[in-house]
Amino acid sequence: MTSTAVPPPPQRPRSWYKRNEISLTPWLFLIPAILFFLLYVVFPIIQSFQLSAFQWDGLGEKEYVGLSNYRELWDDPAFYTSLRNNLIWLLLYLLAIPAGLFIALFLNQTVTGIRIYKSLFFFPFVISQVVVGLVFTWFYDPSFGLLNSALGLVGLGPVNVLGDPAYVTYGIIAAGLWPQTAYCMILYLTGLNAVDPEQVEAARLDGAKGWKMLWYVIVPQLKPATFIAFVVTIVGALRSFDLISIMTNGGPFGESRVLSFYMFEVALSEYGFRMGYGAAIAVVLFLIMLCFITYFLYSMYKDQKGR
Amino acid sequence: MRFTYKASIAALSTAAVLSGGAFSASAEQLTGDLKIFLDTSNPAPRATMEGAIAKFGEMHPDLNIETTIIDREAYKTQIRNFLTANSPDVANWYAANRMKPYVEAGLFEDVSDLWAEPEIAENLASTKGAMTIDGKQWGVPYTYYQWGIYYRKDIFEELGLTEPTNWEEEKANCAKIVESGRACYAIGSKFLWTAGGWFDYLNLRTNGFDFHMDLANGNVSWEDERVQKTFANWRELIDMGGFLENHQSYSWQEALPFMVQGEAASYLIGNFAVAPLREAGLTDDQLDFYQFPVINPDVALAEDAPTDTFHIPSGASNKDNAKAFLRFMVSPEVQTTINAGDALGQLPVNAKSTVDDDKFLNEGFTMLSSNSPGGVAQFFDRDFPAEMAKVAMEGLQEFMVRPDNLEAILARLEKARGRIYK
Repeated sequence: MTSTAVPPPPQRPRSWYKRNEISLTPWLFLIPAILFFLLYVVFPIIQSFQLSAFQWDGLGEKEYVGLSNYRELWDDPAFYTSLRNNLIWLLLYLLAIPAGLFIALFLNQTVTGIRIYKSLFFFPFVISQVVVGLVFTWFYDPSFGLLNSALGLVGLGPVNVLGDPAYVTYGIIAAGLWPQTAYCMILYLTGLNAVDPEQVEAARLDGAKGWKMLWYVIVPQLKPATFIAFVVTIVGALRSFDLISIMTNGGPFGESRVLSFYMFEVALSEYGFRMGYGAAIAVVLFLIMLCFITYFLYSMYKDQKGR
Repeated sequence: MRFTYKASIAALSTAAVLSGGAFSASAEQLTGDLKIFLDTSNPAPRATMEGAIAKFGEMHPDLNIETTIIDREAYKTQIRNFLTANSPDVANWYAANRMKPYVEAGLFEDVSDLWAEPEIAENLASTKGAMTIDGKQWGVPYTYYQWGIYYRKDIFEELGLTEPTNWEEEKANCAKIVESGRACYAIGSKFLWTAGGWFDYLNLRTNGFDFHMDLANGNVSWEDERVQKTFANWRELIDMGGFLENHQSYSWQEALPFMVQGEAASYLIGNFAVAPLREAGLTDDQLDFYQFPVINPDVALAEDAPTDTFHIPSGASNKDNAKAFLRFMVSPEVQTTINAGDALGQLPVNAKSTVDDDKFLNEGFTMLSSNSPGGVAQFFDRDFPAEMAKVAMEGLQEFMVRPDNLEAILARLEKARGRIYK
């Protein structure tokens, strides 16, 4: 008998990738995202910081000017107007959250055709911001607008909302609140689906109703929805650009500008092309956003840890 | 600036026939490529330009012409990219300070040699100043248009008014118009530049062309008492209630209906407003034009006449072809056809061309050629550096709405002047 011992197949050394597969694969999947994030987010941020120390018209030579762009911002009245308007936007835009909540509560019932009502309320969020801006511009129009016709009926004089520096920002925010409220409403409607009926039952047995029921039982359960609504509303307020551009173009005499619009005007509009100064405004806007971003990231991190 | 035209294809075919024979004999054959970038995106200017370029192509069958027409507003930002990165051989733009950034950055070719040729030197003399920076010429004009007061003749007749020639008459007219329940002047200042037109005229009439240019070049303080005088004159009209109410909410087009419906009697604007006013139904019996009246008899009359131009980018690769094209575009025949009432509907820059038989073009041509001894300005946002123009026009709009803020506005402009001109 000749036994032919089959030699075991030669043990090929496992490749470096095979040995590290578990730890490497996630990174492989992450690489495209990381690359694009670096290229399109992190790199421009660094570039903006750098550019804000230069004077540059986008054509000629860049001239290093140190902090003088920021010094100019420091006593630029237009900058303070924009900053003030940004704060007003941030504060008043938050009204979208309670408004969305109440509409959601109102719509959270089973009546014939409720889906239609829900879609109607959601409608303003679906149409473009540009259209919202146009609709409100006509609504406010001093000579034929619906607002002034209505005011005329009760004997109040015509108000040129978008032409009066005292009202203009509030007028634009009201236009912005229309779609934003719809957005918050949809978030709360989905949130309300997840409210535990047993807890509501239990609370009812304990005699809770009305405001107390809402505040102590329903709202705490809506916390995730509230968080998202808060995030999108803050971001929406800071991004407010299209409405301003459509409705007033920053006017009258620059009174409705916010930082993002001012940055655009200074750096990219017909009379602009002061890239360095625009970058300085962008940096300030970024720092404001950073406060919120840090807060959001921190609370998300806390949430994850708590789980 | 911003305007729309009525397209007229029929007119263009006539135009093409007209300019046909004139050139084929004189020009030598060009070969190679010619890349043209234009911002004439509105239908009529687009057809006009395409027609003229086609004509040029017929004269030079071996020349490979590539035309790119870019949206008018988008062009204003794109020009910065294509001049630096991927230059065409010819690009259009605006005269005076609006071309200065590109001249200073070395992006436009010096074409002083073209201006030394007698054909151009003699016939285009009136616009030479607007094309000159540092003693050299940086392009050629191809069209310009007048500004002035367009008014409703029928309303003037109804109120027994005549065209005013001096400030007192202007104010007396306005007082009567206001009394009749109308606004004297339609204006839409949402996009600011229309207020710049008013300042141009008031300042040109109060202090004269040279002072206006000194102010534009940053040599005079905004708080100077002569500037104050200009604003004082302006304020007389504002306090009278002369201007359309809520003008800060309207664009210039949105202010037109007030004039059409007879709620405003006149409009200080460029000739581009005539086309939409006619389209809205005003006949030439209802619509008329007068030159902005004299305010200070001691200063010579000067006008605004914005000029649109052709330039050769310094990065162009076919500069000789481009120069031939520029010569072609400013020649008397081509100037006559492209500026005709049914083409661009503006004024030809060549003294040997003929003005189309249109009431307003004729009045404008006479005014600019014989009744503007003080000089011809471009326009507020073309004469003042862009940055100053922006800040200033905002101030002008604020002044029109809140005349009491004048002191603060002028202080702000003066501060901006200190920063912008170095």
